[in-house]
Amino acid sequence: MSRLEILKTYKIYIGGQFPRTESGRYYPLKNKKGEITANICLSSRKDFRNAEVAARGAFGGWSGKTAFNRGQILYRIAEMLEGRKEQFIAELILQGATTAAAKQEVELSIDRMVYYSGWCDKFMQVYSSVNPVASSHFNFSVPEPTGVVAIIADENSSLLGLVTAIAPVIAGGNTCIVLASESKPLCAVTFAEVLNTSDLPGGVVNILTGASAELHPHFSSHMDVNAMIYYRNNKAEIKTIKENASLNVKRIFVYDQLNLNAASAQSPYFILDTQETKTTWHPIENIGAAKAGY
Amino acid sequence: MSKKEPKLKFNAAWELAPAPEDTKHISIKKQYDLFINGEFVKPNSKKYFATYNPATEEKIAEVADADERDVDKAVKAARVAFNSWSKLSGAERGKYIYRIARLMQERAREFAVIETMDGGKPIRESRDIDVPLAANHFFYYAGWADKLEYAFPNRNPKPLGVAGQIIPWNFPLLMAAWKIAPALAAGNTVVLKPAETTPLTALKLAELIRDSGLPKGVVNIITGAGKTGAAIVNHPDINKIAFTGSTDVGKLIQKSIAGSNKKLTLELGGKAANIIFEDAPLDQAVEGIINGIFFNQGHVCCAGSRLFIQESVADVVIRKLKDRMETLRVGDPMDKNTDVGAINSKEQLMKISEYIKIGKNEGAEMYQSSCSIPKKGYFCKPTLFLNTSQSHRIVQEEIFGPVLAIQTFRTIEEVIEKANNIPYGLSAGVWTDKGSKIFNLTTKLRAGVVWANTYNKFDPTSPFGGYKESGFGREGGLHGLAAYLEL
Repeated sequence: MSRLEILKTYKIYIGGQFPRTESGRYYPLKNKKGEITANICLSSRKDFRNAEVAARGAFGGWSGKTAFNRGQILYRIAEMLEGRKEQFIAELILQGATTAAAKQEVELSIDRMVYYSGWCDKFMQVYSSVNPVASSHFNFSVPEPTGVVAIIADENSSLLGLVTAIAPVIAGGNTCIVLASESKPLCAVTFAEVLNTSDLPGGVVNILTGASAELHPHFSSHMDVNAMIYYRNNKAEIKTIKENASLNVKRIFVYDQLNLNAASAQSPYFILDTQETKTTWHPIENIGAAKAGY
Repeated sequence: MSKKEPKLKFNAAWELAPAPEDTKHISIKKQYDLFINGEFVKPNSKKYFATYNPATEEKIAEVADADERDVDKAVKAARVAFNSWSKLSGAERGKYIYRIARLMQERAREFAVIETMDGGKPIRESRDIDVPLAANHFFYYAGWADKLEYAFPNRNPKPLGVAGQIIPWNFPLLMAAWKIAPALAAGNTVVLKPAETTPLTALKLAELIRDSGLPKGVVNIITGAGKTGAAIVNHPDINKIAFTGSTDVGKLIQKSIAGSNKKLTLELGGKAANIIFEDAPLDQAVEGIINGIFFNQGHVCCAGSRLFIQESVADVVIRKLKDRMETLRVGDPMDKNTDVGAINSKEQLMKISEYIKIGKNEGAEMYQSSCSIPKKGYFCKPTLFLNTSQSHRIVQEEIFGPVLAIQTFRTIEEVIEKANNIPYGLSAGVWTDKGSKIFNLTTKLRAGVVWANTYNKFDPTSPFGGYKESGFGREGGLHGLAAYLEL
C-alpha cells in the first residue's frame, strides 16, 4: 500500500516562533508545470511591525554576547545547514534550479556562513583604532552594531541571497527582519528552521515571505528601524526607500548589481555597513610632562 | 536648599579690567564676491547680503548671494578641476594641503579675530580651539593623501568626484576644515557653502587657498542662504553631499537626493546626556558640566545639554554648579577674559528665549547667573533648569544655546535608559572614578562620541559623528576619509 506523503506548511519566522501571517493571506507557489507546490504566507505590515518588536527586543542580548560566542553560533548555523543540505537542494530543484546549480548554491551558502562566522571576532580589530590625539587623553574608536536592520533580500535566489544578506548583519551584532524572495520562498522557511535549531536567540533573525511591492514602504518608514539593505533593482522602490529613510535618518544600502556567486559578494566591508563608530575619550595623567625618568 | 545659605562672592574683591583683543591688524573687505575657479567673481544675481557682528549688531561686510547659476558655475569649475586633481599623485596633493595648513597657522590671529567678530564666540575659544584645530585638520589629512591604500585593507580607494559641502555657523572655519581637508586628501574637488550668518572666515580661507597656489577650481566657496544650499544639494553633477547642521534640514537633504546616486554624510543635532555619578570627582565634574553646556554659548551639536546627577550628590553638585555659573564672565567676545560670548544671531536668541519660556511653562525651576549682559548685541545668561523630566520639550529638543536641563537618577540601569531614550545619539559624558563603571556606561550609551571624565574634546585624529538621528558618517581620523572615497 502506498503511503500518503506529509506536506509541509510554510510559515513565517518571528521572535523564534513560526506563526502564520496575522493577515491570513497567502499566495500559491507553482512549479514549472503550473501545479501548486505550496501556499506561502503573504506577510502584512502588521507582521513586519511584530517582527520589528521582536528584533528590537533581541538586540540588547545579541549585541551584548561576546564576539566569540556569536562566531560559534554562526558556525552552528553552518553545521545545521550542512545537515539539511539534501532538503535545500530538493527545494531549489523544486523551484526550478538544475541539480548542479542547486548543489553549488547550497554549498556556497554554507561556506559563506562559515566565512562570516570567522569574522565575528576579527572585524573589530581590523576596523578599530587608537587615535593619537594631541592632548593628554586616551582615545579609541570601535565599531558597534547599528541596531535593527530591515532587509529585502535578492529576488532571484532562494537561499544564497538570504545568507549573503543576513550573515554580515548578525555577525556584527545587529538583529534583522528579512523579506525573502517572493518567487523562490521555500528555502527561506527551511532556513528559519535551521536558525531555530542553531542556538540563535529568537528575534535576532526574523523572516517574512511576501511582496516587496507591498512591504518596502513599511520597511523603510518604520521609525524604530536603524538601517535598511535592499538587494533588488526596482528603481521606483529604491527611491521610495531612500525617501522614507529620511524620516528617522536610516542608513540605506542598495546592492542592485551584486553577483551573489562572486567572491566580491562577501567581505568584512558588508559587516561595516551596519556598524557605527564609537569614539571614547578619557584623560591620562601625563607622566612625561612631569619629567619622570622612568 | 535654604535661602539663607551663604553665597560665594567672586567678583567682590576686584574687577578685571577690559582686555580687548586688537582688531587693527586684520583686513576685511567691504564686499565679498564668490570664490569660483580660483578667483572672486560677482554673483549672477548681483545681490549681496550683510553679515553682522552679533556682539555689537554692527554690519561687518556684505557677501554675495549665489543663485542656481552661480552654483552651476562652481560645480562646473570643480568638475573640470577634478580631472587633473584626482590624477595628481597623492604626494603632490598632500603638499598643497600642507601649504594650506601652514598658511593658516601663519594667519591664525587674523582668522581668530574675524571668527569672533562674525560669530560672537569668545576670542579665547577661536584663538585656542577653532583656528588651531582647523589648521591641524589640514595638516593631519595632508599626510593621508599618499597613504590611502593603507587606510582601507584589501581595497583600492578612489575619489568620488565633486563634493557639495554645507556647513553651520557654530564653528565656521573649523567646519570648513573638517569638510575640505579630507575631501582634498582623497582626491575630490569641492563646492563649499558657509552659513549665511558666518561667511567671513570661509571667505578669508578662500583668499588663503588662492594664495596657496592650489589649482583653480579644486576648492570653490560660495555664499548664500538655504536656497543656495538647496541648489548645491540638487545639482545633478555633484557626487557627494556632506552636511553639518540641524536634523530637520538633514532629513530634507536625505529625502531630496533619494532619486540620485549621490553619496551622503550627515552630522546633525544632538541632546547629549552628561552623567554624574556619586563617586565622581565632583569639582572636575562641575567643570565638565560648565564646559559641556556653556562652551561656545551652547551652540554645539554635542553640547552636554541634559545633565543627569545621581540623587545622593544632586544637592552638592547643583550648589557647586550655581557657584561656578556665577563666576562665568558673559559679554564682549573680543575680551580675552570672556567665557561666554554673544549668541550667534537674533533669530537664534529668539529661539533660545522661546525655549526658556517653554521650560518655565512646563513647570521646571529656572536658575540664571546673576551676571549683567551688554545692552547692545545678542546675549543670553547662562541658564539651568531643575526638576525637569524626560517628557519636557527642553529635555527632548535641541536648544542650541546656554540652557541646561537637569534630572536626577538613582541606578545605572535608570540613567542608561533615560540617556538613550531620545532620537539623537551624537555624544555623551560620564563622570565616575570607577573604571568598570565607565566601560559599562560607555559601551551601553548609544552615541558616537563618549567623553569619560572629560567633555567637548576634539582632535583631527578622532572620529566624530552620530548614531540614530544625529546622522551618519564620521569626520576626523582615517574613518573620515571613507566619506570621500569609493572603496
